[in-house]
Amino acid sequence: MAIADPPKIVTSRLGFDDSHTLERYLATGGYEGLRTALAKTPEDVAAEVDAASLLGRGGAGFPAGRKWSMLRKAAVTYLVVNGDESEPATFKDHLLVERDPHQLIEGVVIAAYALQVTRVFIFVRGEFALGLERVQAALNDAYAHGAVGRDIFGSGFSVDVVVHPGAGAYICGEETALLESLEGKRGFPRIKPPFFPAAIGLYGDPTVVNNVETMSNLPWIMTNGGAAFAALGAGRSTGTRLFALAGHVNNPGVFELEMVKTTFNDLINAPRLGGGVPHGRGLKAFIPGGVSAPWFGPDQIDLPLGQDEVAEAGSMLGSGSIVVMDDHTCAVRAAWRITKFFSRESCGQCTPCREGSGWLERIMDRIERGEGREEDLDLLLDACDNISPGVAWPPQQTTICVLGPSIPSSISSAITMFRDEFLVHIKEGGCPYG
Amino acid sequence: MSEPTPIAPPRRAALAPAAPVHLNAEIVVRARQLIALYPERRSALIPLCHLAQEQDGWLTPEAMVDIAGLVGVTPGEVLGTASFYDMLHTEPVGRHVVAVCTNIACLLGGAAELLEHAEHSLGIGAGGTTADGAITLEEAECLADCDRVPCVQVNHRYVGAQTPESFDQLVADLRSGARDADIPPHGTLIRVRRTTGIEADPVAVAEERRLAAVARSARADAADGAGA
Repeated sequence: MAIADPPKIVTSRLGFDDSHTLERYLATGGYEGLRTALAKTPEDVAAEVDAASLLGRGGAGFPAGRKWSMLRKAAVTYLVVNGDESEPATFKDHLLVERDPHQLIEGVVIAAYALQVTRVFIFVRGEFALGLERVQAALNDAYAHGAVGRDIFGSGFSVDVVVHPGAGAYICGEETALLESLEGKRGFPRIKPPFFPAAIGLYGDPTVVNNVETMSNLPWIMTNGGAAFAALGAGRSTGTRLFALAGHVNNPGVFELEMVKTTFNDLINAPRLGGGVPHGRGLKAFIPGGVSAPWFGPDQIDLPLGQDEVAEAGSMLGSGSIVVMDDHTCAVRAAWRITKFFSRESCGQCTPCREGSGWLERIMDRIERGEGREEDLDLLLDACDNISPGVAWPPQQTTICVLGPSIPSSISSAITMFRDEFLVHIKEGGCPYG
Repeated sequence: MSEPTPIAPPRRAALAPAAPVHLNAEIVVRARQLIALYPERRSALIPLCHLAQEQDGWLTPEAMVDIAGLVGVTPGEVLGTASFYDMLHTEPVGRHVVAVCTNIACLLGGAAELLEHAEHSLGIGAGGTTADGAITLEEAECLADCDRVPCVQVNHRYVGAQTPESFDQLVADLRSGARDADIPPHGTLIRVRRTTGIEADPVAVAEERRLAAVARSARADAADGAGA
């Protein structure tokens, strides 16, 4: 399949070393989308985003326009931007926050205007020290430029934006945990349904939580129209999307590609994209959408990069991060490390996740060290079943949030696809890959 | 049935001092500016913990008492919150916290071998601090820089992919101060200060907050009524 050359919607400035400055931003059409938006009614701005069919870029893929329409009318409402990117091998928001903070801020003000929100919090992952500094500096400049604050560009609309640093917790990427953290508490996800943040959010007031990449698309949509965005991609997956490619490829990185029109094969192997698996090795498996997603084998490499297409094949496009494993990779070791991650990051509220992740990590650890038992494979799947009954995809949930049911994905994928490797570890007390 | 014994309100005023005693004057000024950005004081708790680490390098018990007073909670609530977060250190750490990511993308790029080298070279295990107090070594979860592996951060600033050789040079540079210009000591997170406060009309904000509180209270009353 030929790789389509779509417009660069969120990465157009990244070729410039000074892409993060106001000067560069203004020289490249910056804040024109906001001016366009402010000339319309808030309802018309929301309708334009609805027409774009922009799916949220955080991982769940919920349509942004629909999320906005669910915001309960109230005296005080908030917009909170989720920049707590922590899903392993996902590094696209890191790029947007550090390299084009004005684009993020412009998108935020457009969204605030559409929602008629007067206070916005941009929650940036604490480990992004440079990103925090870049967004704060850009925000200072944006206030001085009249793009944020009181009476923006003489429109009569006012909004204040606050940059809020996280403090290191994967779970705070979950939107209700993020709100708890923003309230100065431990990042414990809230029980839902029935009350989602759009009804009861920050301080109990209605709140929209949107991802950094979602916001960063809005200036282009305002300038070029929702229909132009919806004309890209196919089906429900419209526009372009950032795909973060990591692992065993010659050219890892973040690529902006048209949804659906590009395949995993293109992304991994095309010379101008991933450039193939290094050292002449073969492809063993790849994770299509963050470590919460079930793995794919080489037989699924021709799938298009579309949300529904990947879901129908039994996994998810999730956070848009693809991890490639070559044929010298130990599947047990890869699954063990992902399990260790979930065990460390479980917030501890729900027993199946807190206890289950620890069990799974310890069992995976002993298999990895060559001290496993044959019955461990059944034990692993039984523990997985206790966290997510049926161990199927999409997963059943026994916990408050989706961290728990994400844990079994890598273990069940590895056992299903590479059972022999587990048995070698157990029977021969060591790894076939040394 | 007899009347239930009224529960005494928490004695917060008695537990937190009227004014900060440990945090220095400059930090307190900045702390109050941060608090003013939020509709509720407690939202500044984590940003204030970062500020305290900027002063002390870690989150001391004395600083937590001051933060409690500033945001209107008990010191225990500050500790209870801070202990949840990897970046808030309630025990002393070195001047440089060196984090080696070993999550999946870095693992595939040799991170386990790099961490092993780092432990051997520094003579400490992950989580430990060198005897001279210069370096704390951490095994990190994904740091979102997965095209430069194995990923290493020093005080939450990216230093690019490292080999065992470049890692030893990095540590030598940190010890000699050669990287001080681009890597501030641990605790200093955001060197760019906000230059504007909240620009919205404070009277309008206060009125909105009042209306929101009334609406919440009405919802709570309705819920009580439904449960009775």
